[in-house]
Amino acid sequence: MKINKKIIYFVAFIFASNFSYGKIIIEPGPNAYDRIQEALILAQPYENIHLSSGYYEIEDGLSLDVDNVTLSGDGLDKTILSFKNQKSGAEGLLVTSNGVTLSDFAVEDTIGDAIVVKKANGIRFLRVRVEWTDGPKSSNGAYGLYPVESKDVLIDSCIAIGASDAGIYVGQSERIKVINSEAKFNVAGIEIENSYFAEVINNIAHHNTGGILIFDLPNLPQQGGHDILVKNNKVINNDTPNFAPEGNIVGKTPNGTGIMVMANEKVILEENYISGNATAGILVVSYLDDYEDDNYNPLPNKIFIRNNQLNNNGFEVDKVRAEPIALLTKNKAPEIIWDGVTSFPEWIGLSKQQRLILGSNKTEDRKTDMINLNLMTYALLPWLHKTKEDYDDYIGEGISLAEVNFKTKW
Amino acid sequence: MVIKYSKLIFFLFLIILISSASYAEPHKQLSDYNFFKDIKNQVPTEETIPYKIANPLFSDYSYKFRFVHMPLNSVAEYSYNNVFNFPVGATIIKTFAYPIDERDLDKGFQLLETRLLIKDENGWIPLSYIWNNEQTNAFLKYTGHTFNVSWVSNNGQKKYVRYRAPNVNQCKSCHEINNKIQPIGPKGRNMNINFVYPHGEANQIEFWHGKNLLNNVPTPLKENPAIWNDTKYEINARARSYLDANCAHCHQKGASASNSGFYLNIEENNSSILGIYKTPVAAGRGSGGLKYIIDPGKPVDSILLYRMLSTDPGVMMPELSRNLQHEEAIPLIREWISQLK
Repeated sequence: MKINKKIIYFVAFIFASNFSYGKIIIEPGPNAYDRIQEALILAQPYENIHLSSGYYEIEDGLSLDVDNVTLSGDGLDKTILSFKNQKSGAEGLLVTSNGVTLSDFAVEDTIGDAIVVKKANGIRFLRVRVEWTDGPKSSNGAYGLYPVESKDVLIDSCIAIGASDAGIYVGQSERIKVINSEAKFNVAGIEIENSYFAEVINNIAHHNTGGILIFDLPNLPQQGGHDILVKNNKVINNDTPNFAPEGNIVGKTPNGTGIMVMANEKVILEENYISGNATAGILVVSYLDDYEDDNYNPLPNKIFIRNNQLNNNGFEVDKVRAEPIALLTKNKAPEIIWDGVTSFPEWIGLSKQQRLILGSNKTEDRKTDMINLNLMTYALLPWLHKTKEDYDDYIGEGISLAEVNFKTKW
Repeated sequence: MVIKYSKLIFFLFLIILISSASYAEPHKQLSDYNFFKDIKNQVPTEETIPYKIANPLFSDYSYKFRFVHMPLNSVAEYSYNNVFNFPVGATIIKTFAYPIDERDLDKGFQLLETRLLIKDENGWIPLSYIWNNEQTNAFLKYTGHTFNVSWVSNNGQKKYVRYRAPNVNQCKSCHEINNKIQPIGPKGRNMNINFVYPHGEANQIEFWHGKNLLNNVPTPLKENPAIWNDTKYEINARARSYLDANCAHCHQKGASASNSGFYLNIEENNSSILGIYKTPVAAGRGSGGLKYIIDPGKPVDSILLYRMLSTDPGVMMPELSRNLQHEEAIPLIREWISQLK
């Protein structure tokens, strides 16, 4: 039997167009939770649920578990989901499906995290604002935008304000772009944790405790963070005292940290403007806490720093959270700081690794300075300890990273 | 041309027919399933088998009436550690209710919701039916429901709770493992206890086996792990049973809290994965300013206990289905952490 190809195309077209036309519009008003949640549950793939501009008071956690849905609003200052009176749910919005787009709305004052995305293949945040409107407080929720265990994560033109942990946090994920976004008054502005292949480009991180953190932590299903590009960001005046509830790793972020890299491999920091951060412009460290995990590598490796503009950082080192730095720099730190912790064979000179690689960087009033705190020797042979401050010793060829390409087509 | 169009329309019609037929709509009313002889009093039909489990999840002191309904002549497969492999068409039924007066259960119950897990060819489908005020029937609702409930507890105290029936997505956050929805309760190690049936008391697994509802049942039956509130068991075993029942549906590999790397399923033996000297990752203020999930010997310094004590939705654990402290379990976990070294 000969099947007419045109018919098949036509049928395919009808179906495809059906999928893309579905749009459900929700207006503010009473029972907002029920109406939005019902739409999220009954949504068909490729449907658009649109929240018209206005103020939505939500008392329980919202969740989306349908693939390829778009949840949109009329703008991040126009469509506002307020969780001020939230009574249940550990977050404002939970997304557990693939290919979802969240755009043009705000989530305010959630009792826990603002927007959590778990195990998604493909998640886009476009022009989304998350905010705790009372300013920085330890009773604020932990994370603003919080995709975890996901692949293909795009955060574009978003704003995160007031998170008691990280404003924009991507954890245990792969293929990530955080671009054109702003993070302020969080403990960590932007944090990429235990993740692979990330680009953090063209963002502004200011008035946080730490601007941009690239961390790797032990005892987690995904670890060994690598291939991270941090480029062309403004990391300025991160001057909010650390307000994280104790016990959290970001609680250790020194007040006034610009960019901090912990225990990752293959990280490039380039063309960033880093200024006005009291403890450090750029801080490269190992994970120094106790842990039990044979698969974990606590040392950073191949951290390439070039073409950054670093001005007026390290002028008042946090004596509590950055005690060794304060001690070894007499409270006035160079622009770039490395703790100098290595493996034992490296320490005794049996092997060599390029853990920190410097290209040329600029500073307004002088040659950019750096310090290797040499903490290994400090801990093991304190009477022989000396810091190393010769910038040129760390100049190297550097590394390059492949561009991040998403597999998801939104 | 005309012929072509008529073909096309026929083709389209066919496709619409096929696609609509593949969506089996769930019943709108609980009564439509005919699980009960007397729905108001939760008296099941002969084909609907009531059961209970050894270590249930605490849900704000609600009572749970559990039943399973299987298609005629179908049989489930026994497993000790995993949920029985139920046949397609099986339904697990659970009604949540509060007694009017816990000291005298004959005064009756306020029924809140009946949750169904229905197994079809593709897996389990979760549904929630909300009871009407008249307590005559329950109606399908996808978005969950809030009840303000009061009851008189065992010690004569009047208690209140904002009871939240979960929405369909929230069902998944506890019932999903490796992206598949699963029942949690009916596994061998939870079912090997007696139940008082209308015809008399019997061991549940033997009863199911005798009715040809369950095969591959080992003889003799392997013993249950400790029952969390039965003091004849030692404290460590009781605590691990409690944590397995109340935490491990999320805190295990492949479940919704997998990103924490903190697992409490009863099979887990690695001490850092169990939380001992493990620092929190994404707990936020859930850490309560404490350093370790479990600080052995120091319950007050352990995040685990702190989050069990809390009733703040941004702090408490479990995240769902709890608004009150589980007063009877707190001393157990406190004592367990105290004696850990």
